[in-house]
Parts: sequence; C-alpha cells; structure tokens
Amino acid sequence: MRSRAVLRVYRGDRQLGTLKSYEVETCEGMVVLDAIHQIQAKQDNELACRWNCKAGKCGSCSAEINGQPRLMCMTRMDRYQGDIIVEPLKTFPIIKDLVNDVSWNYEVNRKIKAFHPKPQQGGTLRMQQYDVDRVQEFRKCIECFLCQDVCHVLRDHNRKDVFAGPRFLVRLAGLEMHPHDVEDRLEAAKNILGTEYCNITKCCTDVCPESIRITDNAIIPLKERLVSRYYDPVAWVWRKITGKRKPV
Amino acid sequence: MFETFEHDVLVIGAGGAGLRAAIEAHAMGAHVGLLCKSLLGKAHTVMAEGGIAAALANNVAQDNWQAHFRDTMRGGKLLGNWRMAQIHAMEASARVMELEQWGAMFDRTSDGRINQRNFGGHRYPRLAHVGDRTGLEMIRSLQDHSAEQDFKVYMEFTAYRLLKDGDRISGVIGYWRETGRFALFRAKAVVLATGGIGKCWQVTSNSWEYTGDGHAMAYVAGAELIDMEFVQFHPTGMVWPPSIRGTLVTEAVRGEGGVLLNGKGERFMFRYIPAMFRGEFAENEDEAKRWLIGDKLARRPPELLTRDVISRAIVKEIKEGRGTAHGGVSLDIATQRTAEKIRSKLPSMYHQFKELGDLDITKQPMEVGPTTHYVMGGVRVDPETAQSTISGLFAAGECAGGMHGANRLGGNSLSDLLVFGRRAGASAAEYAKALNAFPNVDEQVARNLCREMLAPFDRTEGENPFAVTEALQTVMQDWVGIVRTEEELVRARKKISSLKERALHVRAGGNRQYNPGWHQALDLMNLLVGSEMVILAAIERKESRGAHTRIDFPKSESKWAKVNVTIYEKAGQMHVKQQPLPEIPEDLRKLVEGEPS
Ligand code: SF4
Ligand code: SF4
Ligand code: FES
Repeated sequence: MRSRAVLRVYRGDRQLGTLKSYEVETCEGMVVLDAIHQIQAKQDNELACRWNCKAGKCGSCSAEINGQPRLMCMTRMDRYQGDIIVEPLKTFPIIKDLVNDVSWNYEVNRKIKAFHPKPQQGGTLRMQQYDVDRVQEFRKCIECFLCQDVCHVLRDHNRKDVFAGPRFLVRLAGLEMHPHDVEDRLEAAKNILGTEYCNITKCCTDVCPESIRITDNAIIPLKERLVSRYYDPVAWVWRKITGKRKPV
Repeated sequence: MFETFEHDVLVIGAGGAGLRAAIEAHAMGAHVGLLCKSLLGKAHTVMAEGGIAAALANNVAQDNWQAHFRDTMRGGKLLGNWRMAQIHAMEASARVMELEQWGAMFDRTSDGRINQRNFGGHRYPRLAHVGDRTGLEMIRSLQDHSAEQDFKVYMEFTAYRLLKDGDRISGVIGYWRETGRFALFRAKAVVLATGGIGKCWQVTSNSWEYTGDGHAMAYVAGAELIDMEFVQFHPTGMVWPPSIRGTLVTEAVRGEGGVLLNGKGERFMFRYIPAMFRGEFAENEDEAKRWLIGDKLARRPPELLTRDVISRAIVKEIKEGRGTAHGGVSLDIATQRTAEKIRSKLPSMYHQFKELGDLDITKQPMEVGPTTHYVMGGVRVDPETAQSTISGLFAAGECAGGMHGANRLGGNSLSDLLVFGRRAGASAAEYAKALNAFPNVDEQVARNLCREMLAPFDRTEGENPFAVTEALQTVMQDWVGIVRTEEELVRARKKISSLKERALHVRAGGNRQYNPGWHQALDLMNLLVGSEMVILAAIERKESRGAHTRIDFPKSESKWAKVNVTIYEKAGQMHVKQQPLPEIPEDLRKLVEGEPS
C-alpha cells in the first residue's frame, strides 16, 4: 500500500469554504478518520470534525467521502487510489469544516411519542426472541443521519418542513412493531412525519452503515398500514363501528 | 463576557448516569438542565457492549442480590465501599426492568424473559444484553424516554470549572464548542456524570471526551477523590492493524465461550487462577469444554476470571516471549461456537473485525492485548445520596469512586450508572428543594476563569497542544501502566511537572469557533490533573491489589485492605492521605468471605 496520500478536506463555514489539500502518512489498516486526526494534530489544529467511538458505534463521524455519505471511522484509506475528498454532509447546514448542524433531527425526534407499554403483571415484559430481533433491526440505528443526508426529499427538495426522513421512520417502525406498545402513531406518521413523501428510491438503505433495510422493512410496512387505515373503506367502517384500529 | 442560565439541578454529562440523574431530578419536580460535551446520544455509554449486570435470576434461579454483592466485593479485592456495592446489587434489577418499561429490548430466554449472559467474575449468568451493543440500547432508551420530559438539554457544551459560594456549590462555567462563547450556569445542585480519564494513555478504548473533566473539576473545587491508583486495563483490545490499536473487543466474546491462547497455541489461563478463586474455576480444558456444552457439574473456564487477573496474565505471556505476531495473544471464538451463533450474539465484533481488521471472527482467532478502559477511582461520595465532600455537588457513574474497589466487574458499570445516576438525581433534587434561593456567584471569579480559558489565544508563540498531550500519553503508557514500580512512578511524576509547565505555554490559533486545538489545550489541563492523581495514589499504595500491580510490592497486604488512598487539594498543591475504609457489617463480611451459597 502507498505510504502517503493526499486528502482534500472542506475548510470553511456555511457561507464560504474551499477544499484544502493535505498530505498524510499512511499505515496499514488506516481509516479516513485517522488521517483527519493526523492533520488536526500535526498540520492544522483548527480543522474541525466530530467523532467519539472510532468503531462505527456512535454515528458521530458522518461525512461525504468522494461524494459518498460514509462514516469516516469505518472507511479504510486503501479503498481509494487517488486523492480523497472529504466534505461535510450536504443536507444539513455547515457549522465549520466537517461539522454539520444536525439539530433539526433532534427536533423531529421529539415529535414521536415514546414507547408506552400495556400494564402487565409482575413488571416483566414477556416476549420472544423473534420479536426482539425484528425490532432490533431498527433499534440498532446509530443516528449517523447518513440516510437523512442522502434522501432526495430532504437533500434536493429540502422538505424538512413536511418529511421526517428515513431515520425517524425507522424509529417509528421500531415502536410500532414493539409487541407491548400501546400508542397509536399512524396519525403522526401521516400528518406530522410525512411518510407519504417517501417514494421508495431506497437510497437510504444503500448508505446505512448498520445495514438496516430501511425501505423494505421499515417504510413499506408503514406505508401499507397507512393505506389500510386511511384508504381502505372496509377498515374505515370497522373503525367507525368498533372504535378500534384494525388488527394488523 | 458570558450568558447566564439557571437551574435547580444541573447535570454535567449525558451518558447513562447523567441521563438517569436528569430524569429522576425532573420527576421530582426540579428544574433540570443537562450538559453534554458531545451531541446527545453519543456519550461513552453508547460504546458499552457486553451488558448490564443484575441478579434477575432468569437463567439461574439461585442468583440473588447477595450473590451479586459477593462477586462485586471479591472482584474489587475487598476494597469497594460495602454499602455502595450492597445498594447496587439490591437495586440493579429494578433499574433494568424500568429500562424495559421505557422501551429497551433485551435478548430473551426461551420462556420470553430477559436472557442473561456469563461474564468475568460473575458467578451466574447475570448480564442483561442485546447482542453486543447493550450500551446503545441503554442510551437510546434513556434518550427517548427523556425526550418526553421537558428538561433542557444543552449539547456540545464543555464544562470548565465549578463555582462555589463559600462551601456550597453555586454553578458551572464553560464554553459552547460551536461558537467558543462562554456560559455561566447558576445551580443549586450540580451532578457530575462526566465519565473517566482514559485519554491520559496512548492505548485506550476511550473517546476524546474522556479527559477526566469531572475528576479535575471536583478536585479544583476542593472535593476529595479516592482509589485513583486503580485503573482498569481491559484485557482484550484490538492490537492490529496499528491504527485501531486499543479499540475494545467485548468481554462477551469470552462470555459466549471464547478462549485465550498464547503464541504457541496454549490455553494459558489455567495457569493463572489466583488463590482467592481457586475451586471456583475449571482446572483443565476438558472441564472447560464440558461447561461450554452446559454440564452443570463443570466449573466455569478461567477466561471468565476478573479483568485485572487476565490483563496481568496476558502481559506476562507476552513478556516471556509467548505473544503473537503483533505483540498480543489470540482470542478464539471460531472453534467454540457456530458461525451463525457468533454473528447473532456478537454482530458488532464480527463487523468491526471484518471492516477494520480484514478478519472473519467466525473463522479466525482475533489478536488482542490490554487497553485502558475504566477508572475505578473518582469523587468520594456518600453511598446513600451520592453527595461529594462539597455541599450540593453530587457524582455518579465512572467519575464517582468507591463502588468498584480495586477492580470493576464487567457489566457492573451500566448497572452502576442507572442505580447511582438515579440516586444522585433524586438527592440533588431534594437538596435543591431545601434551598430557598440560588447560592451566590462571584462574577469576578467567573470572569477570571473565562480569561484563563482564553489564555491559549494570547500566546503568539508556544507549543502545539496535541504534541504535549501525546507526550503525556506516552509517559502514562510507559510508566503508569499495568505493572508499576516506584522508580518509574517517580520518574513519571517528575515528567508531569515539566509537562504542566509546557501546558501553560501551548497556543491556539484562529478563532473560537469549533476550534479543536483550543479545546485540546483546555482538556490537557484536566488530563494532567487526572494523571497526577493516578501517579500519586499509585506511589502511595505500596502493595499489589486488583488493577494496581507493583513489581516492587508484589503481594496484597492486609493493612492496605483497610484504607482508601485519598487525593485532595490544599494551597494549590496535590496531596495524598490514607483514610480508613468504612467497616463492613459482620453478616455481610461473612457473606463475602464465606463459601458461595
Ligand atoms: S426510500 Fe424514501 S426515505 Fe429512503 S431515500 Fe428514498 S425517498 Fe428517502
Ligand atoms: S437508519 Fe442507518 S443510516 Fe439512518 S441514521 Fe440510522 S444508522 Fe444511520
Ligand atoms: S466515531 Fe463513532 S461512528 Fe465513527
């Protein structure tokens, strides 16, 4: 492997910025985050980035590497031959260099009703491993917001006013599929989180570092539920008569 | 010079302990603020892998709080605060169940209850877990639950120093990472939940946040700290490739049956069972194999000994020339479990090695060695209330001392965060309620601290703060590691004095907005305080116990079993003294020293 590499890193804020070139020494197994740290420590103390775990567990180090939304800590340098371009996420305002303002995501999160269980005896929730496995696919989300970055509804059309983005449909799906949850979030899924804005391009699934099948396993089932709640006349009549939601 | 905020209870740190404290204080009616150094949900808790220890007795009916208490005290080499260990063992189960009510989903037993896994030092399978990312599950559950409470969360704010009104806590001063502007938080009570000091070392599993901020803030404010000589080096960090050195390999690998082999392929841990645990562990490979397939008469394999014991054994194997190619030992699960089981129980380990180490852990052994992981020592607290020696200052989680004694058992950290996070939050709320007015803040003092924070910008010449940090980490790695001698510790101490001098001359360029060089310059101050505490305490304790191993005093001495080494500040100098351990009641002493029930 090569012993030196050139990184071209975005330096600037939301108004103004350029790609600045840095040459770094490389070693076996090195990841892009290592290179950024090396620059920070040896060449440019002011270069800003976020990170915490350096093991793909915290979702802090999201960036666009050669145009691809990725975790810097899980991206090996030896994937690339030429210069490596590192930029902040495009969908969120830039604070400085590789640091984005992702506060919008935290606001959206507050709009989702948290888990509330049915009352149960003895305090123990009984459930089966397959229930856990199904829901854990969604709960393993590390909130890297890479899916949010790549989703065209947010990225190209900037519809943050109406669409919560794939990350929060993932959270919603996890809550809706929890076997003990009693809340009804379909109303919110439709009117507040804007599930219908998703047109199933699957770009979010492609970039998810946790390999969550966002579109197939979270969004499509949610859309199906919405259809049967709001557009299925039989279900509508059933609900009017019984006051209950249709068993799914 | 700064904006001002007011809260009855201000919690510093938003990992498991901080979140749990904030939730509790809020539930008790206090007006709560929560400061995070990172974004919410990214704190170090997220990296915890193995599980939460609690005697739910789902897998083995004999388990109970007494057994958990006994394991914790013995694991801490009898130096833990007995009352903290007792409270922890008694309350951990309720905290786990509560987490489930807030949405956490743990792996299940066949009859649908929380499944518990084996871990080092725990006599029974005791760790509630979900695969190998229990910390994420815990922090997300707390985060989602707290999103429905209306306390205020301040993200990317670094707390710098505590403020006092006479002997009482009165607030905190610090800076927003984004803008570099200062803010003063006036508070009736402050809860420290800032985690550990792992960044003092070169090889560490800890993140950039772990610069001992809470330890240093408490120390500077005049609080006492105990047990700082006890730093846990986790036996299994990654060693190869070099850029990933130190990254944690969860103990769950061994909990699920993984074995340790030296470079010659020998399963060496059978040779290292300490006298205290003899009779409780398998004596040969055959017995260990029978345990793995569920033979109830077979005893647990020695890979499940406590972390201090295993780290020392690994160091010895390597030193005596029986290491692997890159200076580690092998951790092998591939020959013990099916590929499918490995992927389902250790998904993130599988992924981590595949992506970063080009290695398939279902087929090949991992190469591992010790990595700095956790500090047992911290702020001295009252076991019931988590209050420090300063009125109105509380501490919980890793930054508090006492609970784990000389060595922490795996899984006892996540439970510690919940149990004492909740207690600290509750006591802080009560304390705040009893105060009619906010204690005074001397704004002049606050302004001086702001000036102190800005000092690195005033220096036109000066050293790179990252270079001084690296020099410090090298000193700590080389001389204040797993095995220690007086000579090296004294040398390290001298080195720290000169590094302190250098730290006063580091410079920050550019402006105050999101400036890592400046942040590093300030964190460096705390790293130096943390390092000095460890060194002083390590020089003081002239014996070997738990995680503190002195080559020049290789034995554990009974007189040292009766004292905590305490660190405190006086006239700008760091001092050390010995304080008697609280006496354990007779019935509990018998429980700890007697045969397992
Ligand atoms: S599948 Fe839906 S949510 Fe995902 S990127 Fe496409 S439009 Fe966005
Ligand atoms: S769903 Fe995947 S891509 Fe989206 S935030 Fe979560 S982990 Fe990241
Ligand atoms: S640093 Fe945690 S995911 Fe990259």
